[in-house]
Amino acid sequence: MKTSRGRALDGAVPRKRIGTSRRWHIFVFLAPATVLYTVFAIYPIVETLRLSLLVEVDGSNVFAGLGNYARLLTEPFWAEQFANAFWNNCILFLLHMLVQNPIALMLAAILSIPSLRGAAVYRTVFFLPTLLSVVVVGFIWQLILSPLWGITPDAMKAIGLGSWFRPWLGLESSALITITLISIWQYVGIPLMLFYAALLNIPEETVEAARIDGLNGFWIFWKVKLPLILPTLGLVTILTYIGNFTVSFDLIYSVQGGLAGPNFSTDVMGTFLFRSFFGFQSQSGDTHMGATVASALFFIILIGVGTYLFGVQRRLLRHEG
Amino acid sequence: MPWRKRTTTGQALSAAAIHGVLLAWCALALFPLYLVVINGAKSRRAIFNDPLKLPTSDTFSAKGYASVVGNSEFPLYFGNSLVVTSVSLLLILLLGAMAAHALSEYRFRGNTLLGLYLIVGIMVPIRLGTVALLELMVNLNLTNTLTALILVYTAQGLPVAIFIFTEFLRAVSREIKDSARIDGLSEYRIFFEVVIPLVRPVIATVAVFSMIPIWNDLWFPLILAPGQETRTVTLGVQQFIGQYTVDWGAVLAALSVAVLPVLVMYIIFSRHLIRGITAGAVKG
Amino acid sequence: MNSKYLVQALQSPVFSKLPGSLAVLTLGLCGVATAAETVITIESWRAEDQVIWDEQILPVFEAQYPEIDVQFTPTTPTEYDAAITTRLSGGTAGDIIVCRPFDRALKLYDSGYLADIKDLPGLQDNFSDVARAAWSTDDGSATFCVPMASVIHGFMYNKTAFEELGVDVPNTLDEFYATLDTIKEEGSYIPMAMGTKDQWEAATMGFTNVGPSFWNGEEGRLALLSGDEKLTNEAFVAAFTEIQKWVPYLGDGYQAQGYTDSQNLFTLGRAAIYPTGSWEITGFQENADFELGAFAPPKLDADSTCYISDHTDIGIGMNAATENADAVKTFLEWTTTQEFASLLTNAAPGFFSLSTNAIEVENPLAAEFIAMRDTCESTIRVADQILSRGEPALGTQLWTLSANVINGSMTPEEAAEEAQSNLDAWYTP
Repeated sequence: MKTSRGRALDGAVPRKRIGTSRRWHIFVFLAPATVLYTVFAIYPIVETLRLSLLVEVDGSNVFAGLGNYARLLTEPFWAEQFANAFWNNCILFLLHMLVQNPIALMLAAILSIPSLRGAAVYRTVFFLPTLLSVVVVGFIWQLILSPLWGITPDAMKAIGLGSWFRPWLGLESSALITITLISIWQYVGIPLMLFYAALLNIPEETVEAARIDGLNGFWIFWKVKLPLILPTLGLVTILTYIGNFTVSFDLIYSVQGGLAGPNFSTDVMGTFLFRSFFGFQSQSGDTHMGATVASALFFIILIGVGTYLFGVQRRLLRHEG
Repeated sequence: MPWRKRTTTGQALSAAAIHGVLLAWCALALFPLYLVVINGAKSRRAIFNDPLKLPTSDTFSAKGYASVVGNSEFPLYFGNSLVVTSVSLLLILLLGAMAAHALSEYRFRGNTLLGLYLIVGIMVPIRLGTVALLELMVNLNLTNTLTALILVYTAQGLPVAIFIFTEFLRAVSREIKDSARIDGLSEYRIFFEVVIPLVRPVIATVAVFSMIPIWNDLWFPLILAPGQETRTVTLGVQQFIGQYTVDWGAVLAALSVAVLPVLVMYIIFSRHLIRGITAGAVKG
Repeated sequence: MNSKYLVQALQSPVFSKLPGSLAVLTLGLCGVATAAETVITIESWRAEDQVIWDEQILPVFEAQYPEIDVQFTPTTPTEYDAAITTRLSGGTAGDIIVCRPFDRALKLYDSGYLADIKDLPGLQDNFSDVARAAWSTDDGSATFCVPMASVIHGFMYNKTAFEELGVDVPNTLDEFYATLDTIKEEGSYIPMAMGTKDQWEAATMGFTNVGPSFWNGEEGRLALLSGDEKLTNEAFVAAFTEIQKWVPYLGDGYQAQGYTDSQNLFTLGRAAIYPTGSWEITGFQENADFELGAFAPPKLDADSTCYISDHTDIGIGMNAATENADAVKTFLEWTTTQEFASLLTNAAPGFFSLSTNAIEVENPLAAEFIAMRDTCESTIRVADQILSRGEPALGTQLWTLSANVINGSMTPEEAAEEAQSNLDAWYTP
């Protein structure tokens, strides 16, 4: 049975078997998305990644095997940037996991209390920053944190912490953390919504049963709700992981510029990739090395997603079952 | 029993604490936005002289807001952005939900593989394929059309949508669908009449998730549709950002007005989160 | 499709004698019955010049050539290089490309995206070799952009503040620091508006602005190219040391002070001196409510020569794939004329035409800048020619290194060391 279903999907002539004709709907469900996605996402990306195996010699592309990858990993100019960007991404990911997602979970848990008044208003307000363009977010936080225009320095002075103020965005030691906190401020709404949707899906009866057993609010959340939304926790983790490599680019490019200063302390894979591919200022771009960085990024993300799909998710589903 | 109805002091306290936490985060979320809005109505000098001050008659400059509201081209830009975002969103949601439904509901050979294939697109920013995409659009004669943007955004949004939908659909109980089958509903009707209502809260999530990057994107409009007729809001605002001089008042004003349509879309979608509860109750 | 052949036919010898305008007109009549004029577009990163082009420059051209409609369509500067490369390779770029100087434009030419316009009559007659060099191949066999404008580096100062404090405009380094000290002691102004957050200020307004005084302008730059000098030599280390000396005069938290912040600090009247260049003139005169003055980078001592970085910054070239080559050439030829040079110089004060024709500069502040050409030796940014061709590009690297020196995370010697060793990695003189 399985065999014929597979064939039908593969577009081969369906066998005249009972039930085969009914399998056409699978094809109908899958084909539009697959076709559109293949033509306008996969094809262009593959075209680009292909370039990572080539080098340009006298204006024409020549096959170079893994030569570009060797350069990326061994030539100091590339290897240092790569290692630095990757390490910064790890920090970025860790901070999002430790700060953003717990905050999102806490707020979602509170918002999902059935009797809470004004939940819709709160939810909308929490999501507002996410809607903003990074150009605005970057500008306004630079204004707020600026040592010159007084918002944060004055506020800290007012509460007696004036001497603690530092130009955080300009210091190698604190720029990355500051950027991460801005990113968390902006994007906390997304995991919040995912958690919220999952919490709403928990049947009221389950919660009620726990209440009858004598559990109070916090324990109901910890012992009953949290285990039920574990799959969402996994989903959020993996989306954070991916976003950390792809989305973080825009904010850093807008706030710290293409060189991700000071001294590359905020450089992440996204900015590194952009510089390699398109160049920056007088450094001209190198399509082949850019494609190589992109492929490396692809494999890094693939490993993460693979681990999730085949390791974590399986276990989570088993738990549920 | 909801705790609101029990009027012990302990409950009142915890209610106060809860609202305290929520209000604190609201303040954190709103304060920068407040600065964006008030500074959008100020002259450049006034923004930096005293960023916290409300615009006064001296420092008031409606230039930014006027350039959005009064500019004869901005309605066109808004229209373009709206068409691109809503059509892409519709396609992402519909095609994404269909594909995710098929992946999570039916067993067929290559299911896992196809599932993986459909989400690898998350892993590399599609922006990298720009040159190939542009060549493709030139060959299809689609440059400077909204269609080009819609196609790219749909393709770009599908992987995440399919990923999230699949995750949620796997958790939906099969019983309802099976009982619908016993009732003789076709697979298509099961999808539209049973599955779609079930995943409403997720649809809202995916919609919100997908629409923001589309609305705020600068790159693809710049490359695929920079023409006057097809310009989007985000691209239109860029006229205020120069090499050495940036008209920050205008940028802030224009971009904060530009948020309004997505905000409306967000409110519309997030109402489905509530309706989702009722649908969920049926399931439970 | 037909129009392609038409263009070819029109480019044949018989037609090439016809004035470009007539040829275009013919094409218009034969090809598309409705369009009587050729529309050509200019790609540029100068978004703030939209009004200047639309209202002051293009109407003059279109009045003379009514059959050509020129449109100025700029892209945000941060996206320009990436966007233009992509559009050129995809075949959707505009007919006219505004060129960055040296290697970035050269790369476009080498990739076949820019046409060789060496034969343009005005290009040979109206520009110096130095100006053309920024947009020519190394051997000079091809030129791909008409030199359009240069910008002059230097310092701007708040005249009102200087009068208030009774300080004079400095000529030598000693005077320069004496002035800064006076301003600092008095305390009502931040002596110098500069930050390191965006990094480019440190390199462009710092290192390449005052550096030429130490390496004797062109002499040192060419010696670096020929390998006779190294970045680790005294002159270049001294330039790094020089910008390090600025630290006490910068505002608090200069590490997080971006370019916009510096501009505002100065135009709001809170800082007295601003290391910069002539490109700021328009914006500053709009925003500052005090009188502005300019002075050249200080000389080492009273007897030495002063040097200015007179940077060839903007060129204008032809998309090799344009279908309106004749119209484009007509326009480019017009950009070589004195009329255009004068229009541009005065519509965009601070962007000085590179034309050898005499042009009267009306804006007084711009005139102060251009007067520096008479008293000082001109040179171009040290890393722009050839030295930014490899990985890492010296030009971009100087951003990070200069910022590091001012931030104190590197000594001048370390910065020079790193710059030289990175250069050695790919460059052989």
